[in-house]
This record gives sequence, C-alpha cells and structure tokens, in this order.
Amino acid sequence: MNQWLMAGLLFTPLAWAALSLLLDFRQGRWLSWLGMLIQALVSLGLWVAVASNGGFYYALAGWEAPLGIALRVDGLAVTFVLLTAAVATACGLHAGVYLDPSKSWQRYFWPLFWFLWAGLNGVWLGADLFNLYVSLELISLSAVGLVALGGEAAALRAALRYLFAVLLGSLVYLLGVALLYGQFGTLSLTGIAAVVGADEPAAAMALLLMLAGLALKTALFPLHGWLPPAHGVAKSPVSALLSGLVVKASFYIAARLWLELGDRLGSHTLAQGIGALGAGAVIWGSWLAFRQPHLKQVVAYSSVAQIGYLFLLFPLTFAVAEPVSRLAQQGITLQVVSHALAKSAMFLAAGNLILSVRSKRVDALGGVSHYLPFSLFSFGLAGVSLMSLPPTGGFAAKWLLLQASLASGQWWWVVVLLLGGVLAAAYVFRIYRATFLEDRASDDFYHPPRSLEAIPMLLALLALGLGLVAEPVLSVLALPFEVAAEVAADVAVQP
Amino acid sequence: MSLSALLPILALLSSLLAAVVIFALPESSHRLRTLVNLLAALLKLGVVAVMTWGVFRGVDFSVSFTMLPGVSFMLRADALAMLFAGLSAVLWLFTTIYAVGYLEDSPNRSRFFGFFSLCVASTMGVALAGNLFTFFLFYEMLTLSTYPLVVHRGTDKSLQAGRNYIIYTLGGGVALLLGIAWLHGLAGDLPFQETGHFQGADPALHGQLTLIFVLLIAGLGVKAGLFPLHGWLPQAMVAPAPVSALLHAVAVVKAGAFGIVRVVYDIYGIDFAYALGLLEPLAWLAAFTIIYGSVRALWQTDLKRRLAFSTISQVSYIILGVTLFGPLGAVGGLVHLLHQGIMKITLFFCAGNYAETLGVHRVDELDGAGARMPATSVAFTLAALGMIGVPPLAGFVTKWALGAGALAAEMEWAILVLLVSSLLNAAYFLPIVYRLWFCPIAAPWPAERRWGRLETHAWLFWPPLVTTLMLVLVGLLAATFVSPLSWAQLIAVRMYLP
Repeated sequence: MNQWLMAGLLFTPLAWAALSLLLDFRQGRWLSWLGMLIQALVSLGLWVAVASNGGFYYALAGWEAPLGIALRVDGLAVTFVLLTAAVATACGLHAGVYLDPSKSWQRYFWPLFWFLWAGLNGVWLGADLFNLYVSLELISLSAVGLVALGGEAAALRAALRYLFAVLLGSLVYLLGVALLYGQFGTLSLTGIAAVVGADEPAAAMALLLMLAGLALKTALFPLHGWLPPAHGVAKSPVSALLSGLVVKASFYIAARLWLELGDRLGSHTLAQGIGALGAGAVIWGSWLAFRQPHLKQVVAYSSVAQIGYLFLLFPLTFAVAEPVSRLAQQGITLQVVSHALAKSAMFLAAGNLILSVRSKRVDALGGVSHYLPFSLFSFGLAGVSLMSLPPTGGFAAKWLLLQASLASGQWWWVVVLLLGGVLAAAYVFRIYRATFLEDRASDDFYHPPRSLEAIPMLLALLALGLGLVAEPVLSVLALPFEVAAEVAADVAVQP
Repeated sequence: MSLSALLPILALLSSLLAAVVIFALPESSHRLRTLVNLLAALLKLGVVAVMTWGVFRGVDFSVSFTMLPGVSFMLRADALAMLFAGLSAVLWLFTTIYAVGYLEDSPNRSRFFGFFSLCVASTMGVALAGNLFTFFLFYEMLTLSTYPLVVHRGTDKSLQAGRNYIIYTLGGGVALLLGIAWLHGLAGDLPFQETGHFQGADPALHGQLTLIFVLLIAGLGVKAGLFPLHGWLPQAMVAPAPVSALLHAVAVVKAGAFGIVRVVYDIYGIDFAYALGLLEPLAWLAAFTIIYGSVRALWQTDLKRRLAFSTISQVSYIILGVTLFGPLGAVGGLVHLLHQGIMKITLFFCAGNYAETLGVHRVDELDGAGARMPATSVAFTLAALGMIGVPPLAGFVTKWALGAGALAAEMEWAILVLLVSSLLNAAYFLPIVYRLWFCPIAAPWPAERRWGRLETHAWLFWPPLVTTLMLVLVGLLAATFVSPLSWAQLIAVRMYLP
C-alpha cells in the first residue's frame, strides 16, 4: 500500500508535468484537475496511513541512498504533504479560471505547476542532502518560470532577479553539502547526525553555508529583496503558491538541518543571530508592508514579516529544555501551516479585489465592501490569522511561541511576537479602512466568478479552523522519527 | 452529549449561525433577515433563561475540549456568567428591533446585521468563557466584530474613530495576551473558580503576580474605559445609535468590566488580591475615573458624547464595587453591571430617536422636544433620574449597595465619591431634562420626519419604553427574588462563602 502511495506522490506530478507540456491551456486544465484529485487523495491516504500506523522509512524501488532515492515519512512530512495538496489544489483550481487562455504562453502554467508540486513533495520526504538539493532546484526553477508567466516586462525583470537569488542560494548550499560529503562520506541526514561530533569546525562551516544558502532562498531579512517584486507581480494564484509553499520548502530543510545538527555544530551566537535577523524581518517587513501603495505588495511584504517568525525556531530550540524545544517546534510548524493557508487565501482574495476594481492600488479599493463583500471577508479572515488573533492557527502558533520564549527566559522574543502582531494589524486594517470609504465616484465594478470567490474563503476558513483543532493536528505532527530511524538502522545492518 | 453541555454551545451558536445566515442572504431580502435576527434573539433569550434557572438550582453547565497542548477551550455557566449573558440576551433583542427600524432604507444592512450578530456571539462567549484563555479568544473576537460597526457609515470621521478604536483595543489586547501567557507559564491553565487560584501562593511569586495583575487590568481597562485608557469611547460615538447603545450598554465596555470582575474574584481571589494590596490602587483609579468622566460630561454639547463620558464614569462604579473588599460592595458593583446597561441603553435609544425623528444631535437643540415626543422624553427623563440615583429607580439600588459596601469595607471616602458623582450626574442630566420639558421650541427642528400616529417609527418607539419599564421594575422589585439585586447577592454569597 505504502509504496503505491509514495510512488503516486512523486511520479504523478512528474508524469502530469510531462503530459501537460503536450497540451494547450484548456486541455491542460482538464488533465490537471484530474491530477489534483489524484494527488489530494494520495496525500490524504498517506496522511491517514501515517496517522494510524506511524512514520516509516522508504527507499524507492529498494535502492539505497547514494544511488537511489531514500524517503523518510513522519508526521511532520505527511502534514506538509497534505498542506501542499490543499494549497496547490486550491491555487490550481483558481488558476484554471483566473488565467487568460487567450495568451498562448499561459499553457506553460500547468507543466511548471506540476514540476513545482513534485519538487515540494520531494523536499518534504527527502532523507538525504543531495536529493533535497535536487528537489529544491526543481522548485526554484519552476517557481522562476511561473513568475515569468506574468508576461509583462516587470514580471520578467522580477523573475530574472529571483533566478539570480535562488541560483546563488543553491550554490552556497551545495558548497556546504560538498564539505559535509568530503568529511563524512555520506549525505544521509540521519547518517551525518549519527557520526558528527561537537568540535568540528569544517562541519560547522558547512552548516553555516547551507543555512546561509537556504536563508537566501527563504528571503530572510536582509536577503529578502528579491521576494516582494517576484511575489507582487506574479499572477495571483502563482503568488499564492510562492508565498504559501515555495519559501517554506527551503525553510523546512534549514529547520531539519538545525534540529539534527544544531545542538553540536551550532552556537549560541549563531542561534541568537538568526533569531535577530528573523526579528528584523518581522519589524522591517511589516513596516514596509504598511507603506506599500499596491495591494499585492502589501501582501508580499507581509510574507517577509511572517517568514521572520519562522526563524525564531533557531534560538528557541538551542540549548533549552526538551519540553521548551518541543513547544517551539510545534509553534513554528503551526506558523508554517497557518501562514501557508492564510497567505494563499489572502493573495487569491487580493487577486479578486484587483480584478473587481481594475486597479492594483490600495486607495482604489473604496466601496469594494459593497460589491465584493465575500472576497473582502476572506481577505479579512486571512488577515486575522496573520495578525495572530484568536481563534486562528496564527494565534495558536503565537501562543506556543510565547510559552516557549517565556519558559526559556528569552523575553526579547516575546516583545518581537507581540509587536509583530500589532504591526500586522496596522497593515491589514489599512486595507480594511480603504475598502470602507464610501466616496468613490463611479460604481464600475467587475464581479469575478463565484468559484474564484469561494476558493480563498475555504483556505481562510481552514486557517481559522486550524486554531480550534490545533491539538489533534499537533498530535499527528509529533509522530516520531523513531520508527523511521529503526527501519534505517535495520537497513544499515543488512548487507 | 448531555443537555448541560449543549446549552452553552447553543447560546453561542444561536447568534453565530444567525451571522452566517445573514451574511449569506442577499442585501435586498430585508424581511427574511429581520426574521432571522428576531428568531435568533428569541432563541438565545430562551436558552439563557433555561440556563439561568438551572444555575439557580445548582446545575453545572460546562463543556470543554483541549485546543492546544495544555490549554483548553472551556464554556461554563456560573452565576456571574449568567448575569452578563442575561443582560446581553435581553438587550440584544431590543437593540435588534431598534436597529431594524433605525437602519431602514440605509445601505449595507447585510454587513451591519452580520457583524452585529457576530458581536453578540462574542459577547456571549465572553460571558460564558470558563477560563482566561477562552475569555481572551472571545474578547478579541469582540474587538474585530465591532470595528465594521464603528466605521459603518464610511465617512472620514467614522474611519478615524475606527482607527483609534482599533489602536486602543488591540493595544489592550496585547497587554492582556502577555498577562495571560505569562500567568499560564507560571500556573498552567486557569479555569475561573469562585475562590481564585492563588490563595497561599509562594511569596517569591508575589512580584510577578502583581506585574501580571497590572497587565491584565490595563488590557481590560481599555474596553472598560478606565482612565487614562478611555480615549476611544467618545470618538466611537460616530457609529449609528444602535451600535452606541450596544457598545456602551452591553458589549464592549461591559466585557472589560466583566473581565476585571473575573480576574479579581475568579483568578486571583478577592482575599489574595486584597492581601497583595492590589485592590486599593484600583479603587482609587476607579474613583478618579468616576469623577473625571462626570466632569468631562458636563462640558459636552453633543448629546451622544455627553452620554459617552457618562458611560466612562458609570462603568467605573462596577470596578469600584469590585474593589470594595466585602460582599456588600461586590453586590453593588455586580448589580450595576446590569442596571447601568438598562439605563444607558434607554438613554441611547432616546438619543437615537431624537436624531432620527427631529434631526437633533446637540443638547441645546432639544428645547421643547418633550412636547413633540412625550413618550421618548419620559423614557429619557426616567433613565436620567435613574442614573442620578433617584429612588426607587435602578441607579438608586446600586448606589445604596455601593454605599453600604464602602461602609462595611471601611472606605468612607468612596461614599464621598458616590455623592460627588451623583451631584455631577444631576448637573449634566437635569439641564437636558429641563430643556426637554420646560423650554419652548426655539427653532424649527433641523430635519423632522413623521411616521403615522406614533411620535416616531414604531420600531424605534417601543424599545426605549420597554427598557424604561424594566429600569423602574428592577428598582421597585429589588427586594424580591426575581430582581438582579438578589441574583448579585447570590453571586456574592457563592464568591465569599464557598
């Protein structure tokens, strides 16, 4: 059973990518809707399998790591697989209606979309550093292509800038991987974690390089310059995919590296330094979001700020008691999931609002609360999660992070968390305020199709509901590596 | 699931589902929307009545589930919860009727009533919350659902007011969240219980607990309009009259005051809070707010602004009552939660009637309105007299109980505060009453409208009269067992004699 699920998860997207290359936009749409259904079912199936039987280790077709593709499937990985299925399906459905089939280059949306999905699944499940690198490259290149789909000069410029950033990031990451391979002769994350000692400057250097490369790909302040133009000019469903999922992939690898190796190769200064950059992202990103004249730029800078929270993982899990570290990990995971849902909802809703008023500017939104209350409400609900107010997933995440900061005595992160919520409220309420203005001269609004309005609402409701069911979700997330590790050990013993 | 767990959920869902249905209804289906609104209000009233009877008989209504590791979502109906829930359920019904009449022919009614129902659902949640975490959940939901109501008119002035409202309340929310999270770190999940949690707490924690208390009171004090955190309230007066009525009499300010009651009695415990020396500074702050609000009210020429400053003053009566150590003071504070609600909602209904029927917004335009609108003016007069504390109206009962509480707690200065405040109340209410009845009409009404036989629209006409009847009855029947006073006594007895 499991092997079918695993194969479905990795090879359907690749097969669909190849197939949809041959088709035009409308045909690709039908094919992709079928593919999304399969992917959603397979992801759900794997999630149920892991939730009931626990995680496992899996080598594709029995080939072991250096030659084949080794996958490790635990609660965290399957949750992200399921999250990807939810967000990508929503964005794919939205794109099918939103994108304009009369532009011939739009047909490349589908192959790029499927390559991206394959890469994402590869990252969540990958067990060794080289396969993670390959998946990450797949994601980056298809993401750059998706940004360029906008077609305008600004989109191409942003895509090019994005390309340089991710290539540089990959290069630095690969340098770190090479250093580790040279030293330990293995690329398996668990393998390296098993042999690495405390005082190994070369390995520490490698970790630093990998983290730096991944930070650039995740757009950690002050390396965030490429993100707002890329996410801002891309088509709305693409922005939603990029902000919701793509930046999380590189963060996920960074987090796995840190949790496996950080206790030996990291240092207090490094952990606090990364946390400080995250704090800088929260404050600077929110401030810039508040200042943007264009709606989608506001949402894009908000991503810079929200990504900042993720990097609090590093100080909050370094040299702290085990329960505190667990609180922090749970909080960060919830933040990843809730931000993915809320931010994709927000981008899709923003796309609807822009369609409706035919302007990208925030101050053109006056009166839209009359005409598009549903999309505005989705935008608002997503905003509540970003402000981390209850009962959303964002709030649950913040609550856990507050507890972790207080329990580990790192009160300065408490300040960042609370300030970040207030700043988010400032930029979200700026949008609300604009929509409530009633002085608009013309009543010239376009009403987007209902399906475009329903999708962001569903995502926003998921982000909201996550806060209420955080406990059961976290219990699946916590499903351990132990099973995986045991299998890995078994495999290692066999000749 | 048993009935006792179902009822609190039903009380919450009745208005939550009403909100969802109303949002889904098209803007033009006014009749259906009104029907949904009224049915939900009646259903809620019924549920709350059944629960109140149950709590009186000693039934435990509670439901909870784990929301996050170590934190549960908990709804629980105790006597104090029912005091607030009963107030909001009763007044929601009248405000809904009033709002339907008030907003007739105005745009965006779907949005208005949707958020209105959401607002009441949050108030219900605040009332029924069983622990601090759940309280905070609904407290913030209340902030968010009232914002669209404050900015409903979409004018520059209302957007400005909305901005300040959000800055104040979300700022307060941050202080509250920090306090709650910190307290959670120290003591874990804290359900509200009648004797508090910190009796005999480790003296080493006293410093932290004092700091947390300050954070919690600061967070709650914003909504309760405690000086110097009251700035948003007079500005929020630009909202439509039913919103002012609901915000000022029921939902927002009371949620703050109610939260302070919960923190003092059910988290810290009155004995511990007293022993820690936390009550006296709070009492002084409340006393100052009482006088300050009244003095500011004297200078307001806008009728609704005058009422707003009066609210700032009156809500602090509740806080003063809480801080007077002893059951008598507690009774005074708790009963005022209800009495002030009934009186103030009447005053706002009347102010709205003057504005809608005559176009009158300023106090000096009211000359002779008593002849044109006698029933509304009678209601206004009685509510104003009640606020001043004229026997046998509701306000008198409160002030009597507070005075007795101050004597029992040996805080005689509080009686002086009550007296000065009553004088000031008279000084800013009686001129209005005088203008209503004894001054001749000076100029034609700014914008007069007529509706059939009654002096105003029927949906605007009846709600203030019914609430006036209530404020007379709760005063007259204070000694009987159905009165709010006896319910407050029940709470105080359960709190002080567990």
